[in-house]
Amino acid sequence: MARALDKPSDNIMEMLKRNVRGAYTIWYRDIVRFKRDRVRMFSSLGMPIVYLFVFGSGLSPAMREMGGGNIDFKQFMFPGVLTMTVLFTSVFSAVSIVWDREFGFLKEVMVAPVSRVAVALGKVAGGSTVSLFQGLIVLLLAPVLGVNLSISQIVSLIGLMVMLAVMMTSLGILIAARQKSMEGFHMMMNFVLLPMFFLSGAFFPLRGVPVWMYLLSKLDPVTYGVDPLRQVSLQALVPPDLMHTVSLNPVTYNVMMMASFSVLFLIPAVWLFGRQE
Amino acid sequence: MYSIKVEQLVRHFGKNVAVDDISFKVESGEIFGFLGPNGAGKTTTINMLTTLLRPTSGTALVNGYDVGKQQALVRQSIGMIFQDASLDDKLTGRENLLFHGMLYGLSADDFSDKAAKLLDMVELTDRAEEVVLNYSGGMKRRLEIVRGLLHNPNILFLDEPTLGLDPQTRRHIWDYLITLRERQGVTMFMTTHYMEEAEHCDHIAIIDDGKIVGLDTPEALKAMVGGDIIMAITDDNEQASLRLQNSHGVDTRKGPDNQLIIETERGDRFIPEMMSVLTDQTQGNISVKSVYLRCPTLEDVFIKLTGHAMRDQNAVDKDKVRSGMRRWRGR
Repeated sequence: MARALDKPSDNIMEMLKRNVRGAYTIWYRDIVRFKRDRVRMFSSLGMPIVYLFVFGSGLSPAMREMGGGNIDFKQFMFPGVLTMTVLFTSVFSAVSIVWDREFGFLKEVMVAPVSRVAVALGKVAGGSTVSLFQGLIVLLLAPVLGVNLSISQIVSLIGLMVMLAVMMTSLGILIAARQKSMEGFHMMMNFVLLPMFFLSGAFFPLRGVPVWMYLLSKLDPVTYGVDPLRQVSLQALVPPDLMHTVSLNPVTYNVMMMASFSVLFLIPAVWLFGRQE
Repeated sequence: MYSIKVEQLVRHFGKNVAVDDISFKVESGEIFGFLGPNGAGKTTTINMLTTLLRPTSGTALVNGYDVGKQQALVRQSIGMIFQDASLDDKLTGRENLLFHGMLYGLSADDFSDKAAKLLDMVELTDRAEEVVLNYSGGMKRRLEIVRGLLHNPNILFLDEPTLGLDPQTRRHIWDYLITLRERQGVTMFMTTHYMEEAEHCDHIAIIDDGKIVGLDTPEALKAMVGGDIIMAITDDNEQASLRLQNSHGVDTRKGPDNQLIIETERGDRFIPEMMSVLTDQTQGNISVKSVYLRCPTLEDVFIKLTGHAMRDQNAVDKDKVRSGMRRWRGR
């Protein structure tokens, strides 16, 4: 039976267009879902508030007594909390593909005429955008903590958060690429993500810690996200010599490390995800 | 004209052979059914034909494109309806369709035209702006059918399209599918383990343990059984079977619920003869409790071809669990 159908084309330009459009669709879906989920948007403020105002306020006096100096512990923690938000949102968004794979939408995407590479890249873009938004919401808490930020600081922070988000979403996809059930994910959560987060120096300075911890923190990609976020956000509050004791590397070095880790995660992630069974 | 040509297709999972050297052709515009029990290799086959799985060996041409080498072309030219729901239930019906349109590169005009027409056909126009989470199982299936057709595919693949739906909804879905074929001439390739459903197909391939054991029209398949089916319940089935074998040379087999099943031509005439043999006083009376005459079904064909029943109670239970899980997953 004759049917009106645009003959699908093999042309390279067509293929490229199709895949860019495919990646855009995956990204757009994440954005629509995020916009719809107001509850998630604001409930994600819960953890940061608990950490900053309960944990932070509770430890503040003790920190001061132990010689924390002029720096307020809540302010010290702020970039750590920013990191926490971006890190967990990124990884969760990426890992949602495991859920999607079993119960839904991913199958629809897998039979669509879009390459797996485009799907994975679209997912990185989507997860990163969503976690950037979450990070921005947490950034609204800055004035409450007395961390006043200039426009240029905010721009730098956004750039750093994007890098951290891309790195962690790529890691999330690497974790999720071959996983068939959510059970494995909880293992990952306890044995990879939480240690990664705590070793990053998010909640305590990594100067003067035991050697093993110092070495592990060097291998921890998150370290290179917390460090520049702290330097940029506290730049106006902390005098340079004190900053030296709470920071580790120059910002540019951190940025390069994040970029390297992103590539290191993304290539195998895309490869594993794209492999046909 | 053939829409699908499959030659010596094989798929292994480790040491397991899920699909074992199958070959068949599907004519353009027909409904082709893959009938078999759970685990027979139906879904594996459909996954290979839709490029989700790579064949271990053999070839399959879908719309003339090789599923191993021309995946993007195969995908652009087919629509797929999965066994399990594959909608994003946080999105509205229309958004689900929109994303599909975007993935397949439909223009905005094309999309709204086509979506409006198809939504109308399955009577979902009024609910299109609602979040899919609020849809019933039948509505979700209908939306998936619309989605599968949105990009004008030549072939629609349906993997157990009515699994877990109630009989009324199932009938409804079938009405849509049949209308669809009449109006648009789409070729449909479907898998099922419901016998009644397979009756709607133009051709049926019966698959068991990874192999095609029979392929023909439903009528021709049923004609293989020959004549009618008589189901009787007697005091002593073994004795009755033996006696019928001696007197008429007919073979009998055991049915469910202690029934004796006899395949014979002209069952209406055979029943009185059977009764007189079984109640023959000289050989001792076998009391007959019930006799039932019916036409052969695909189930009989399946048993004839494979030597075992298609759906044991076990499979039915698993099915219930599955549909229960599906509801639970409905988040």
